[in-house]
Order: sequence, then C-alpha cells, then structure tokens
Amino acid sequence: MKNIEYRTATSAQGGLIVMSGVPGVAAGTRVALRDHIGRLRNGLVIRVSDEAVLVEVFEGTEALDLERTWVRFLDEPFTLPLSRDIMGRIFNGAGQPRDGRPPIISRERRNINGEALNPAARAYPREFIQTGISAIDGMNSLTRGQKLPLFSGGGLPHNRVAAQIVRQAKLLGEEASDFVVVFAAFGVSSTDARFFQESFEESGVLNRVVMFLNLADEPVIERLLTPRAALTAAEYLAYDLDYHVLVVMTDMTAYAEALREVAVLRGDVPARKGYPGYLYSDLAEIYERAGRIRERRGSITMIPVLSMPSDDITHPIPDLTGYITEGQIVLSRELYNQGVYPPVAVLPSLSRLMKDGIGKNYTREDHPHLASQLFASYAKALEVRGLAAIIGAEELSEADRRFLEFADAFERRFIGQDEDEDRSIYETLNLAWDLLSMLPPEQLIRVTEEELARYHKWQPTVEVA
Amino acid sequence: MGKIVEINGPIVRLQLPQTVIGEQVRVGALGLVGEVIGRDGDTALAQMYENTEGLRPGEAAEGLGHALSVELGPGLLNAIFDGVQRPLSAVRAKSGDRIARGVEVAALPRDRRWAFRPEARHEPEARLEGGDVLGTVQETTSIEHRILVPPDVHGELLEIAPAGEYTVDETIARARLRDGSIRKLTLSHRWPVRTPRPFRRRDHAVKPLITGQRILDTFYPLLKGGKAAIPGPFGAGKTMLQQQIARWCNAEIVIYVGCGERGNELTDVLEFMPELKDPHTGRPLMERTLLVANTSNMPVVAREASIYVGITLAEYFRDQGYDVVMVADSTSRWAEALREVAGRLGQMPVEEGYPAYLGSRLASFYERAGRVETLSGGHGSVTLIGAVSPPGGDFSEPVTSHTKEIIQTFWALSKELADARHYPAVDWLESFSGYVPSAAKWWAENVDPQWEAARNEALELLSESEELARIVNLVGVEALSSEQRWTLEAAGLIKEGVLQQAATDAVDSFASPEKQYVLLDAMLQIRAQGMKLVKLGAPARRLLQLPLLAQARRWKSQYPSEEMAALKARIAEIPGIFERVALEYAERPAEV
Ligand SMILES: Nc1ncnc2c1ncn2[C@@H]1O[C@H](COP(=O)(O)OP(=O)(O)OP(=O)(O)O)[C@@H](O)[C@H]1O
Ligand SMILES: [Mg+2]
Repeated sequence: MKNIEYRTATSAQGGLIVMSGVPGVAAGTRVALRDHIGRLRNGLVIRVSDEAVLVEVFEGTEALDLERTWVRFLDEPFTLPLSRDIMGRIFNGAGQPRDGRPPIISRERRNINGEALNPAARAYPREFIQTGISAIDGMNSLTRGQKLPLFSGGGLPHNRVAAQIVRQAKLLGEEASDFVVVFAAFGVSSTDARFFQESFEESGVLNRVVMFLNLADEPVIERLLTPRAALTAAEYLAYDLDYHVLVVMTDMTAYAEALREVAVLRGDVPARKGYPGYLYSDLAEIYERAGRIRERRGSITMIPVLSMPSDDITHPIPDLTGYITEGQIVLSRELYNQGVYPPVAVLPSLSRLMKDGIGKNYTREDHPHLASQLFASYAKALEVRGLAAIIGAEELSEADRRFLEFADAFERRFIGQDEDEDRSIYETLNLAWDLLSMLPPEQLIRVTEEELARYHKWQPTVEVA
Repeated sequence: MGKIVEINGPIVRLQLPQTVIGEQVRVGALGLVGEVIGRDGDTALAQMYENTEGLRPGEAAEGLGHALSVELGPGLLNAIFDGVQRPLSAVRAKSGDRIARGVEVAALPRDRRWAFRPEARHEPEARLEGGDVLGTVQETTSIEHRILVPPDVHGELLEIAPAGEYTVDETIARARLRDGSIRKLTLSHRWPVRTPRPFRRRDHAVKPLITGQRILDTFYPLLKGGKAAIPGPFGAGKTMLQQQIARWCNAEIVIYVGCGERGNELTDVLEFMPELKDPHTGRPLMERTLLVANTSNMPVVAREASIYVGITLAEYFRDQGYDVVMVADSTSRWAEALREVAGRLGQMPVEEGYPAYLGSRLASFYERAGRVETLSGGHGSVTLIGAVSPPGGDFSEPVTSHTKEIIQTFWALSKELADARHYPAVDWLESFSGYVPSAAKWWAENVDPQWEAARNEALELLSESEELARIVNLVGVEALSSEQRWTLEAAGLIKEGVLQQAATDAVDSFASPEKQYVLLDAMLQIRAQGMKLVKLGAPARRLLQLPLLAQARRWKSQYPSEEMAALKARIAEIPGIFERVALEYAERPAEV
C-alpha cells in the first residue's frame, strides 16, 4: 500500500484532512501528501476506522484542493536513520538534513516515539557533574542521567547559562568534558539557534554535537517531532555507542504551545488554559527518556529550557514540567536586573538527585550540611531584607544587620560569577564557608559543630550598638 | 472472534458481540490487551493497556472471558509489577531494557517451589469457607504467607496435600462446592481488581501507624486502617514523605504504587529498600515490600488500573491478618488518566475537564481502606496514603478538594516551607487529623500521659508565633516585648528542633515515639523555664545568648532513638542553666 496514491480526501479543516475508502491503514503511520502544484507535505494518521482516516498534515492544509490531492500511506511510523555519521550534523525537526549534506544512510532506523524504559532496567543517577557554576554545583547539583530544566523568562540569559553548562560540564576529577551534545531547538529564532551554534564552535565541541532545528517560522506540527527525533539520536549515542550525552532542548514552551494548537484542531477536551489533559503524559514521554540503564555505559542528561509565560511558575508548562523533571533551575528577573549573572534564584530552584550525588564519596563530606545551611541562611537573610525595606536598615538588630550583609555578599560573590569562570566544586564550597563566616556560629545549626570548628572562620567584630 | 473497527489513541472500537463491560480483550497481531468500557449493539469500546500504534481496522479481536484480575499467592513480595501486574524484572529478562508491546509474562514465578505447611485443623469433610487459611508458606524470613481459600469458595474439603514443596499451579486441596462441583485449590488464586475483597465486618481503627516522622505521628497522626492524603506542589516532598513512611512505618506489609510518576523514584526504592533494615523486625525492608509501577511515560490506561491492582494486593494481605500500608504516588495522575479516557469517549466534562464521576470514584477507592475482621475471623487493616499533585499547587482544584472530603488525615505540604528547605514541608496550620483522640489514648498508655497536653501546647505556641511573626514583619523584632520575643524563640525551637526532620539524616530519619515525645517535652521545658525568668524581669536578649538554644536544635541529630537515656541526662541540665541566669538577675535590679 506504500506505493498507492489515494485521491479520496473528503474534507479538510485546520491541519487535518479526512480520507475515505482506504482500508487497513495502521494507526500512527506516516503519510506523504502531494498537492496540485506537486509540493510534498508530511502527515501522520491520528485516528482510523473502516470508513475514514484522519490525517494530521504538518505543513497545514492551506490551499489544498481536495480534488487534486494525492495521499500515500507509508505504512511505518516516523523513524530516524542512525549511524555514527550523525555526529556534527544538523537536521530539521523530522530528522532530515538541513546542512546541505547528504542524508544519513543506515539500516538502523528507529521509531522516534521510542519505547518506555522498564523501571526495573534503570540505574539510579549518582555521579556528580561539575558545571563550574556555584549556584548549581553548591546548592542544586546536577548528576549524570538527571533531567534538570532551566525555568526562565523572556529576555533572561537562559541561553548563555545553558551554553556555559555545555562548555564546562565535567565529571569530578576528569579533565576535559567527555560529553557529546544533542541540541534540539524548536520555535526559537534563528538568532538563538546561531548563538548556540557559535558557542559550540568556540568551545570546540561542534564535531561532537548533533543538532535538530525547527525554527520559529517553520511548521508548527513538526515541533512535536523535534524533541522525539533528538532523543532518539541521544539514545542511540548513549546506549549503542556508549557516550555520555548531554541533551539541551529549547524552548519547551514552544513545544507545548504547538501541542495545544494541534489538540484544538483535533477537538480534544481542554484541561487548564486550553492545554489538553494529556500534556503531562506527553511531556513525560519526552523528559523520562533521560537517565541511565543498568549494565550500560552511556547516559542521557537532559537540560530542557523553557520560558515561563509572564514569569508565572504556576503556568501549566513549568508546573507540569516541574512535576516530571528531577528539579529545576529558576532564573530570576530581579537578580538579572541587579546585574547578577547567572541570575539563579536558589530558593525555588531544586535538584532532587543532589542528595544522592554529593558528600563524602562524591564531592566533600561537608557539602550536604553546607548546602542546607546556605539555603536556611539565605532564606532568613531575604526575610531580613524584606523587613529592612519596611522599617529601614537602621532599625534592624545587630544580628539582623549581619544577615543583610550576608544576602548582598551571597548574591554578588556566590551566585554571581563570570560567564567564562569555571569554579571547581572545592572553590565553590570554600567560598560558601567564607560567606557563612559573616554569620555567628549559633546561627548555623544545620552544620555540625565539627564542621564549624573545621571550616568556619567567625571573627566577631566589635559593633556599635 | 471479532475485529477492530476504529482506533482512536488508546480507545478501540471492536465488532465483538457478547462481551460484557469490564471484560478483557486481546486485539491485533501484537496481541495487545485491554478492557471493555462500553457497548453499543454488536460493537464494544475498549481501552488498551498498551500503545496502539500500528494497529489496523480489520485486525482480529477476542474477548478473554474475565475481568482485569490479579494473581494472588507466594512470590508477590520483593517484586515490582507494572500497572496490570506484569512482573517487571521478568519482563526485562524477556524483552530487554524497554517494555515491548504484547509481552506476556505471568505475575508469579511458575517454576519456583514453595514449602507449604497445611493448617493442622483441616480434616477431610470439614466445612470450607472463603477466606479460610489452608496452610502457610514462609515467603520471606519476616513474612509468612497464609494461603487463603478464594473468597467465592464455599463447600467441603475433600483432601489437602501434605507438607511439601509445591509450585503455584499444583493442586494443594480439593473441595466440593455447594453445587456439587469439585474445585481444585492451589497456592494462588485470582481476584478481579475492581471488586473489593469481602470481609466479615469493619472494625474500629485504634492503633496509630508509627512512621517515625514527628510532624506526622505527634502532630497529625494516622491510624492503622486510616486514610490520608499528602497534597503539595511539585518538589514539596510528597514522594520523600511516602518513601519515609514506606521505610519506617510499623506496618507488616508495604505496597508502594508509583502511578504516573518518575522511573528513577522506583529505581531509588528498588536500590535502597534491600539495604535498609526494618526498625521493628531488623529484617531487610524489601522482604515486606511490593512495588507497582506505571511510570509517567508508560501507557495511560494501565496507569488507571495500577491503583486498583495495588489496593487488591493490599486487601489480599489484609485478609491474611496483616496490617498493610499502601502509598499511592500520585492519585492525581490516576484521576488524569480517568479524565483522558473520559475525554476520548466524549463524556461531558464538569470541572477542569474531569468527568462527573471523579468524586465518587475517588470515594469508592478510599473506601477500600480500613481495619476489618476477616472472613476467617482474624484482624487486618489497609492504611491508604495518597499523594495529590494539584496543578499550580492550588488546593481548590477538583482532585484535592474531593480527596479532602474523603480522608481523615491531611498532610498539606507548603511551597514556602519547601523553598526554605524546612523538611518535611508539612504545613502545621493547614494540616489536620481526625484521629487525634484515638491516637492520644495510645500515646498516653504507651509513651507519656502528658502527650496530648504537650501536643496542644506546641500547636498553640506555633499559631501564636504566627501572629507575632506578622507583627515583626510590620515593625521589626525590637518592637516586641521580652515575653513575645521568647515566645518567638520557643516556636523556633519547636520548628527547628522538633518539626524539621531531614530524611537524609542517618540519625534522625526515624524517631521512635519515645524520642518524639522527649524532644518535644524538652523544647517545652526550655520555653517554660525561660518564660519564668522573663516574667521575673530577665530580658529575652540575655536568654537568646544561651548556647543551649543552638545545642537543643541539634539534639535530634545527635541522639538516635536508642540513646534516650543520654538525651534525658542532657535535658536534666536545663533547669540548672536557667538558674545560673536567674542568679545574675537576682544580684542586679531588673533591666527593661
Ligand atoms: N523529608 C525530607 N527530608 C529531606 N529532604 C527532603 C524531604 N522532603 C523533600 N526533600 C527534598 O525535596 C526534594 C523534592 O521532594 P519530592 O521529590 O518528594 O517532591 P514531590 O512533592 O514528590 O514532587 P513531585 O510532585 O514533583 O513528585 C527531594 O529531592 C529532597 O531533596
Ligand atoms: Mg513526587
């Protein structure tokens, strides 16, 4: 049936066409459609019965003359050809080359939807990845195989932070990074895509990057395939070729909006803000492809980037993402406006896998308590800052004034760092102790007395009452 | 034999006369399994437990003649099953790291032989009733598996096998049923998951479930056989809290259902459980644990089923006379699966896309919790603890608000506490427990008669400090009187010295009831002693310099539950510390 062209479209609406009189079409199969001027469009069968087949057309159904539309059912799902040669290449959202070079020829073709990983086959991620960024390494550490998104907003430097992570990420004790990178961009501008390309080039990883691009002006429905194609490539690199793969995907908000657009066309019942009820499961199919597998060497570590509409973390996209990923790094407009780079809001940020990847055998034995203390002290310091804004800093008690100073120093020196500053975890931890030394020991109850004795350099200065 | 007519995501329409709602069907060349959820003339509507990609109209379909059921017998413990009870380790051995569609693997191992010991009192021709114990199999060192007569069997025992080793398929007894037919009984039987297993009558739940978590046991207790919910936004600690309960609670069997959540969290349980020891029996925790996993990337219909698979397994162990705890993470994902299927069926949504029957489905699910007198006259319980994941952390959404009306214990997690890394982030103002009076009896008899008074005092102190904190936020701490400042400090002691309890702290991860009470009482003593001085004119500023205050906050991590004598010795020093301060002020006139 692959070679038969049907001219039986009975109706078209939005991005969907209905075909009649096509027997035995498989659910989820790919479709190639030729319009009256001979232009090819791609599609996917989303619903099928004896009488009718519903096809989603990626490039839309605009200007389709149903009388002169020929449709072929390719009898296979969307697949990606895979070989070592994908490294250094650039593909579109559907996995076709867009770098002018020949297509990948390989017998190895995989369904881009993947298959669910058996939970009994997973290995728990435990190896600490040093990103060289203190706010991440010290307080929200990344581990190999984790999915840790960047929650950002329009105009914030999430691309620069993501690029810095890609440049600097390494396992402790290893010299250069041994990652390969799979980069997927969907719904972003060509400027953003170029920024990443240049930054990969500068750091000399370009020949170890596989790119999948679907830019803002390209077919919306193809956006739904882009992360899936990228992750299929990542799985091949990780589990067939034993690479440690870092997957950067941007922007998940554009992806979810594309999904909503399609859901509306399909007439699916909306849940919140017009997004379909299955947005959670759909995002999970993507995010859960990160991880490690027992007895396999490679791994997939995932850094999705998403912009929060109106900076609202309770918006369905960041909300559902947070419910699936293993934490989140939240960027703050306030810090950014104050000139802090990277503007990581550490309190709402979280790494759930941190607790199992830091400490004695991984980073340093004081790390867990130290991180917990930084959170507590900074939370308290922000409270004091809020109070100072109301009653004036002069009215603060002496103890509170120390916290105020701590807040400023912490943001400038710990969170803030240069874009090319690659701090080792020890530098990060020592810096943290330096800053905590601004606070009296009795305020530091999350660290042990032994740790205080060893690292804390409290010098009570004589203060004017 | 019938055939497929239409495929719409997980929903398929079949031309298949004579099936009934709830019946299992197998369709297509891959042999995918699903269940009938609607009928219209000769066609049946089925929801499929697996992805339907590649299925075609015209492919074959057949009814399997039974409803979705689980296999119950030795071999359940220590295992991890998917949402329709396929054993995931065996599935991995068969289909590799990824779950291939259409794999068929029996729930219980077929070739394993179990040492069966018949119950002595069974004699031929004795009456046999559903729920009777035929004999036992020592399944793990800590758990004796009691082999039950299936609940629907009533008749007379014809013969029972002698002690020996049997597989789950071999006949161990024969019975003549009331209708005269002969039924062979084996070590295992099947039960449909959507039908609650029968029992004689409900019993009052009387004993608290001890979880070792102070904010739960001491402040918002749950009883064995009770129902609890843990709502909270993402990252607030629902999973950690449920894992803590699964680790440390004093139930005999723990069923952990990962419903639409992360794969790594199940891996985590699988990796740590075998290494940890049950604080109550000293045996590896995995021996009493059973996992049901339908992670978020697995098919959504099986997710809906996984909750019922879990609760049926729980009831089965209850019927053997055990106290069972089932944790379900997260019931919201189950509700969403329900919503997704309802949407595909074109059912009218009422709130946020959920069908009108959401509330009643939730209620009848939680109704399966409880302490009961079993069919054989024993006692067992199922305690149900469901996580709820409200969108945007908004507790007024449908799943949270329906659940809140059904359960008795509500452990509300707060984003503010979690952001400040106050764990467990259980909000002491939003949470509640309807079981305090029953729990109080147990604490008074087993730990300290003052338990309820101490609990009440602490809760009052916390809400008083909330008021004071509001004032401070307006005008600063200096505006408070000494008494108020000391009250604030005492509340801080309760929060940091008692309520905060890091799961990651090896010493404090579990606190015995005694330790829970000793710590709480210690903080209240400090409060009282200090307050006495403040009332005598000592300024709070002086008391706040006491090193005792920082020390007391560390006691929880310094004294494990077994070393209460040492902690009590420390606490005995408290009056002396305050007396020394009192002396300073006895010599001088009181400062303002
Ligand atoms: N009791 C606890 N002790 C120590 N840390 C905790 C505790 N509870 C939560 N945490 C920290 O918070 C993180 C998030 O907790 P958890 O994964 O349980 O959240 P959740 O509410 O289940 O989120 P989600 O809804 O996204 O699944 C943990 O990884 C851990 O770092
Ligand atoms: Mg969770």
